[in-house]
Amino acid sequence: MQESMRMKLNYRTVIFVIAIVFGLFFSAPSLLQLKDGKKITLGLDLQGGLHLLLGVKTEEATKSRIKSIAASIKHFTTREDILVDFLTFDESSITFTLLDGDDVKRVKNYLKDTTGITIDVNAESFLLELTPEEVIRTQKQAVDQAIETIRNRLDQFGLAEPEVARQGDEKILVQLAGIKTQEDEQRARELISRAAKLELMAVDENRAARVQNMSHADAAAYGDIILDDVKNPAIKYLVREIPILDGGMLTDASMGFDQNNRPLINFKLNAEGAEIFGDFTGKNVGKRLAVVLDGKVYSAPNINERIGGGSGQISGSYTVEEAKDLAIALRSGALLAPIYVMEKRSVGPSLGADSIEASMMALIGGFVIVVLFMMLYYRAAGVVANIALIANLFIILAVMSLFGATLTLPGMAGIVLTVGMAVDANVIITERIRELLLEGKSIHKAIEEGYANAMRAILDANITTLIAAVVLYAYGTGAIKGFAITISIGILASMLTAILGTHGIYQLLEARIHRSKNNKFWFGIRESK
Amino acid sequence: MEFFKYTRPFNFMGKSKLTLTLSILMLVTSLVVLMTKGLNYGVDFAGGTIVQVKYTADAPIDEMREKLKSNELFDGASITKFGSADEVVIRMKSATSSITVDIGDVTREALVGTGEYEIRRVDIVGPKVGNELKEKGIMSLVLATIGILIYVAFRFEWRFAVASILALVHDIIIALGAIALVGLDVNLDVLAALLTLLGYSLNDTIIIFDRIRENVTDSKNTELSEVINESVTRTLARTTLTSLTTFFVVFMLFMFGGEIIHAFAFTLLVGVIVGTYSSIFVASPMLLWFGFDIKAYHVKLADKTKREAEKEKMREQFESGMI
Repeated sequence: MQESMRMKLNYRTVIFVIAIVFGLFFSAPSLLQLKDGKKITLGLDLQGGLHLLLGVKTEEATKSRIKSIAASIKHFTTREDILVDFLTFDESSITFTLLDGDDVKRVKNYLKDTTGITIDVNAESFLLELTPEEVIRTQKQAVDQAIETIRNRLDQFGLAEPEVARQGDEKILVQLAGIKTQEDEQRARELISRAAKLELMAVDENRAARVQNMSHADAAAYGDIILDDVKNPAIKYLVREIPILDGGMLTDASMGFDQNNRPLINFKLNAEGAEIFGDFTGKNVGKRLAVVLDGKVYSAPNINERIGGGSGQISGSYTVEEAKDLAIALRSGALLAPIYVMEKRSVGPSLGADSIEASMMALIGGFVIVVLFMMLYYRAAGVVANIALIANLFIILAVMSLFGATLTLPGMAGIVLTVGMAVDANVIITERIRELLLEGKSIHKAIEEGYANAMRAILDANITTLIAAVVLYAYGTGAIKGFAITISIGILASMLTAILGTHGIYQLLEARIHRSKNNKFWFGIRESK
Repeated sequence: MEFFKYTRPFNFMGKSKLTLTLSILMLVTSLVVLMTKGLNYGVDFAGGTIVQVKYTADAPIDEMREKLKSNELFDGASITKFGSADEVVIRMKSATSSITVDIGDVTREALVGTGEYEIRRVDIVGPKVGNELKEKGIMSLVLATIGILIYVAFRFEWRFAVASILALVHDIIIALGAIALVGLDVNLDVLAALLTLLGYSLNDTIIIFDRIRENVTDSKNTELSEVINESVTRTLARTTLTSLTTFFVVFMLFMFGGEIIHAFAFTLLVGVIVGTYSSIFVASPMLLWFGFDIKAYHVKLADKTKREAEKEKMREQFESGMI
C-alpha cells in the first residue's frame, strides 16, 4: 500500500498507456477479424490474386485517328464528286492529290473544321499531319479511356475491390485480389483485354459468292474486306469496308436467351444509331447484315424487313458466362488502343496461405527467442523492454489498419525484423544505465543520464535507417513497398515505446528500485559498490 | 547476466592490420566471384518468366523437361526443386505480352500428362519492366547511400561519413559476393535486403561513432587509437546483443520463412555478420587511417563555441541597443 502510493505518475507513462490503448483498439479489427472498423488488407502475395502491369499501344490510337480522318475525306470527296488521285496514309500523315486544281479551295475549306492537323498544300498535292500536341492528346486519351473502360468492366465483374490505376504516362496497373480459381483468372483477363469493338456491316452480296477465291487485295479493290466466322475460320464473309454503324452508338447491352434457351446478347442503339439502322435495313431487305465483334463475324442474318426501334441481338454459341462477360464489355465501351502485358504476377490462394503460415512461424519463433533472451540477460529491465516490444507490434498493426495499408510478405519480414531491431534501443539504454550504476551513480541519476546519453545514438541510428526505408518506398514496387512501410512504422513506433514508454516505466518504479537496492534483479548486474 | 564485464579497453586498433588483411581478402574473393561467376539476375531484373508448380506427388522433373521441349518459348528453361520434392520452379528467359494466353497458360497446357499439379505462381516480367526495375534498384542504392552520407557528415564530421560509407560498400560487396557464390536469384527482395543491411550496418557504426564522438569531446586523452579502443569496448555489449537478437530473428526467417523469402533472409544473415564485423574492424580504424586529429577537433569545437558565444553577445548588444 505504502509502496504503490510512492509510484509517481508521469507524463511519459500516460502517453505510453494511451499509445497501448490506441494500439489495442485499432489493431483489434484486423487481429480479431471484426466486421466493423478499418482493417489491414492482405497483399496479393498473401491472399492470392492477379497483378497486371499493362501497356497501351498508343501508336494504334493515332493510327486510327489518321484512319478516321482519311475516311471522312474519302466520304466528302465522293459526295462532292471531287476526283482524288491516290489517297494514302501511314502512321501519322495522309497524302493525296486532286485531279482538278479548282477543287483545292473546296477541300481546304472542308479541312478547316478538322482540328489537330497541319495542312500543307503544294499545287494540287495535299499533305496532312497530326500536330505533336494532337498526337499526345490522342495517346493520352487512349490511355485514359482504357483505364476507364477496364475499371468499368472489372467493377461489374463481381470481385471485391478491383484496383485500376495509371502508372507513369502510359501504363495501367490492375490489381485483382481474391481470385480463387484458374478459371476466374482467365475470365478476368479476357474481360480486361477484350477490344469489344462492335460493328454492323453490310455483306457485299454482289461478290459474296466468290469470297473463297478472293485475296485481301482483291477485296480491297472493291472497297470490301474479308472477315472470318467466329467459330469456324474456314467460313469467310465479304463485307463493305466502311461499317454501317459501330459500338459507339450503343446505349445498352445485356444477356438474354433465345427461343431455344441459348444465351445471346441484346443491345440497344441511341437515336442516331437507330435511325441509320432503320434506314439501312429498310433499303436492304433480302440482303445480309453481318454482326462483327472484334473483327470476327458472329452472325450474318438475312434482313427480312425494316428494323426500327434500334435494338438487336448478337447470337453465337456461347456459354452463359461468356455471354455475360461479353455484355459487360460491350456496355463499358470499346478499347481505343490494344493493350498488352508488361508484367504479370499471379499467386494462387494456397501459396498465399503457405506464405502467411511460414512468416507467422518466423515471427513467433523470433519473438519468443528475443523475449526470453532479454528477460534472461537483463532480468526486470528485459521485461520492461519486452513490454515496449509487444506495444510496438500492436502499434504497427494499429497504424497499418488505420491507414488501410497493405500487408505483403516482405512486409511480414519487415515486422519480424522490427522485433530484432526495436529492442536495440532498449539494449543501448540498459547498457548505459548499467554502466552508470557500476560507476556508483544513484538510481535516479543512472536512469536520467542513461536515457540522455543513449538518446543521441538511437536517434541518429533510427534516422539513417529511415532514410534507407524512405528511398525503398519511393523506388520500390509492389510488395517491396510493404516492407518499407512496416519497417518505417516499426522504427517510428519504437521511438514512442522503447524510448518514451520504458523511460516512463522506470520513473514510475524509481522509488521501488531505489529501496530494493537489488541491481541484479532489476538490471541483471552485480551489486554496485 | 553480463557477457562483457568492462575492466579495461581491448586493443582493437592493435589488431587492425590483421583485420584489414581479412577484409581485403574477403573483398578480393567477393570481387573475383562476382566477376567470374557473376550475379544470377532473377526475372525481376533480367525479365522472363517464373512458373511455380506443385504436384500431389514428387515432381517428375525429367518428364517435365521432355514435355517442355515441345515449344521454343521454353528454350533455355530450367526446372529446379523449390523447397520440397513435390514443388518445382520453372525459370524461362522468354516473356509473353498477350493478356489472354500467356506463357503461364502455355506451360500449364504443356505439362498435361505429367501427373496431378497446380500452378501456384506465375511471374512474367517483360524486358522493359525488367530494365526499369534494374535502373530503379541501382538508383535506390545510390540515393540511400548519398542520403546517409549527407546525414552522417552533417551530424558528425566528413571523415566519419566517409568511413561509414566505405564500411557500407565493404558490406554490400561481401554480401553480393556471398549471393553470387551460392548462386541465389537476385530479385527485388534481395535489393530490399541490401537496403536493410545498409541501414542495419550503419546503425552499428553510428552507435560506436557516437561513443567515439562523446569520448573525443569529453576525455583528456588525445591518443585517437586509445579513445577508439575505449569506445568500441564500451559499446561491445550492445553491439553483440543487438546483433544477436537480429541474427535470431533473421535466422528464424531463414529457417521457417519459406522458400520465397529465402534469398532475402540469406542476404540479411550474411549482412548481420559482416555489418557487425565492419562496424568494429573497418569503420573505426578508418578514422585512424584518415588522420582524424583529436586536438584539431578540440580547437574546432572551441572555435565553434566561441563563435556562437560572440554571436549571442552581439545579438544581446543589438537587442539592448534597440530597446
